[in-house]
Amino acid sequence: MKTPRQKMAEQDPQERIANFDEVPYGYTPEQAQAEAARCLQCQKAPCRAGCPVEIDIPAFILAIREGDFAAAREKLLETNSLPAVCGRVCPQEDQCEKVCVLAKKGDPVAIGTLERFAADWKDGEEADPEAGSAPEKAKVAVIGAGPAGLTAAADLARMGYRVTIFEALHRPGGVLVYGIPEFRLPKAIVFEEVEKVKKMGVELELNQVVGATLSVEELFDSGFEAVFVGTGAGLPRFMGIPGENLNGVYSANEYLTRVNLMKAFRFPEYDTPVIRGEKVCVIGGGNVAMDSARTALRLGAEEVTIVYRRSRAEAPARVEEVHHAEQEGVIFKFLTLPLKYLDDGNGWIRGMECQGMELGEPDDSGRRRPVPVPGTEFTIDCDLAVVAIGNDPNPLLPRALPELELGWKGTIVADPETGAASVPGVFAGGDIATGAATVIEAMGAGKKAARGIDRYLSARKS
Amino acid sequence: MYRIVEQERLTPEAVRLRIEAPRIARRRQAGQFVVIRVDEKGERIPLTIVGSDPEAGTITLVVQEVGTSTRKLGRLRAGEAILDLTGPLGRPTEVKKWGRVACLAGGIGTAEVLPVVEAVRAAGNTTLAIVGARTRELLILEDEMRAAADGLYITTDDGSYGRHGVVTDVLLDLINDGAVPDRVYAIGPVPMMKAVADLTRPYGIPTEISLNALMVDGTGMCGCCRVTVGGETKFTCVDGPDFDAHQVDFDELVQRQKIYLGQEKRSLEEYEKCAGGCRR
Repeated sequence: MKTPRQKMAEQDPQERIANFDEVPYGYTPEQAQAEAARCLQCQKAPCRAGCPVEIDIPAFILAIREGDFAAAREKLLETNSLPAVCGRVCPQEDQCEKVCVLAKKGDPVAIGTLERFAADWKDGEEADPEAGSAPEKAKVAVIGAGPAGLTAAADLARMGYRVTIFEALHRPGGVLVYGIPEFRLPKAIVFEEVEKVKKMGVELELNQVVGATLSVEELFDSGFEAVFVGTGAGLPRFMGIPGENLNGVYSANEYLTRVNLMKAFRFPEYDTPVIRGEKVCVIGGGNVAMDSARTALRLGAEEVTIVYRRSRAEAPARVEEVHHAEQEGVIFKFLTLPLKYLDDGNGWIRGMECQGMELGEPDDSGRRRPVPVPGTEFTIDCDLAVVAIGNDPNPLLPRALPELELGWKGTIVADPETGAASVPGVFAGGDIATGAATVIEAMGAGKKAARGIDRYLSARKS
Repeated sequence: MYRIVEQERLTPEAVRLRIEAPRIARRRQAGQFVVIRVDEKGERIPLTIVGSDPEAGTITLVVQEVGTSTRKLGRLRAGEAILDLTGPLGRPTEVKKWGRVACLAGGIGTAEVLPVVEAVRAAGNTTLAIVGARTRELLILEDEMRAAADGLYITTDDGSYGRHGVVTDVLLDLINDGAVPDRVYAIGPVPMMKAVADLTRPYGIPTEISLNALMVDGTGMCGCCRVTVGGETKFTCVDGPDFDAHQVDFDELVQRQKIYLGQEKRSLEEYEKCAGGCRR
């Protein structure tokens, strides 16, 4: 009989909504080996082409099957500097697992869960990550310690470049620490991965807002020969409807930053406060909306409703995230558009006026456009609303370097293959170049830019 | 870590700190601020940069001890350090040659207006400083302000020093005497800035104010500091902190300052309970 796809054990939904601990427990070694044995070890492994960071997937899975978990871990680290992160937050169902040969007839190999297992494996014999022996090549500055920047930095260090990352916040990790909640990606895991990158010889300077604390020109003047910009999409969108500045209306960025980066869930032990709503509405249908809704439950909300203007089929969130939110009791109101936030008379939100929608013709995104249905207006009571409808690129750095060519919504125009921007020596990748996308796509862009920078600097030298 | 080089108590509720931050000292301009996090469990709060010494690589902050974070700051001594400090953030204050400029400040705003007075005067303007305090012992930086401005007017709410009254009384007298300023700049509590805006509006005097909104990151990432200016939502951290006083929605601003009043009180009670000693 065929082995079925192995499932990770999870915290019970009723228990987990009272804590911020990670929801899935990961595989046991037995489960990991059983799952690894399902892999067909295809010669022309299509899964490899589905991975933006080019992991040798059959090889690391083979090592797990053979019980050499440390070898599996080292295999991952050859091309992926953040495997414990990717194993948790990559949408594998749209990438490696989507093209797995087994997916044609049933369940694909659980590549993501296996990656997580191998990345987490600890045997006390973790090899120090290979520093590019004695780094002797040129100095490269990386702006932003998020997924794109960390990946570019690690790859450049591996090639022998002397890399310094300049991070604006007081912690490295970017969206991995301010955006993604502890219960989905424990911060200790992010910091461990960052430590590995530092051990490769990468310098990390925190609290440095390039464009404010120091300029790109200063970086070049002080001996950096190339600059990679990975400053992300950090500018929250609002809908521009009445009442948006009432007390109790948050951007998802603010809500999640308070809770994740500033640890407001442990207020007053930690000094940063956060509004703990009893009836919470979250607006949006992506992973950030799911994260916000599940965070609200953990902060003690009695009722959490996700309001999304399209239907379930169009929601960009991962199926797994929607499933987790439903398990935990989040209510979904699909085909619903907020029209205005209602004032309680004291400047605080008391509810939202909404309108029912239906799906019309496909729009630019290929998804059916939601259109208002007249006469369907209704009110939802809430004392907290979290707006999770996306982010635009952060304008601080482009503003400080006006000669940089910008694209739609202020993205930095960059060659998708090399990351080269319009100013010589400046490269860009991740959300600042593409607009808001996924962690793994940003990492893939960081990887390509590292190669682009290497080619640029090698050509300059010769 | 950002080392405190010098600490000086200005009043029972305000201290002046000189802090090592060479990059910021070199680049900061009038009107800009830093975001600091005092310690591992601290919140991120914005503070206006009062001055800098690029040679020594230090910046100066003046802190009014009103909440948990500012009390923690007030307890730090020379040689101790602030865990995180970033900046200079925000757009610098617009400085041009206008002619006669009146700079008004209330309370701790007196420290924050000082770099603006210096910059405006350096641009060739006749610069008047009008500063107000509740009472004489809370008045700060009188000597520095006297040296920086072409003229200094002082008011106290209780009449214990300078003129008995508020800063707008002085501005109204100037206007009535025909000495109408070409431009007004104000920093202080929201009601004071609103009073300044209401006074100058009918005379059409261009008036800029510096907003001290709540912030988290200070780089445009969270939107905590949003304010309505001329009917549009702006982020104080990246679009400001200076805005046209006649366009600012003050009622909303007052409302938004109150979001965390309850929690701030609770946080301070917890902090004071053990006087900063047991919360490690």
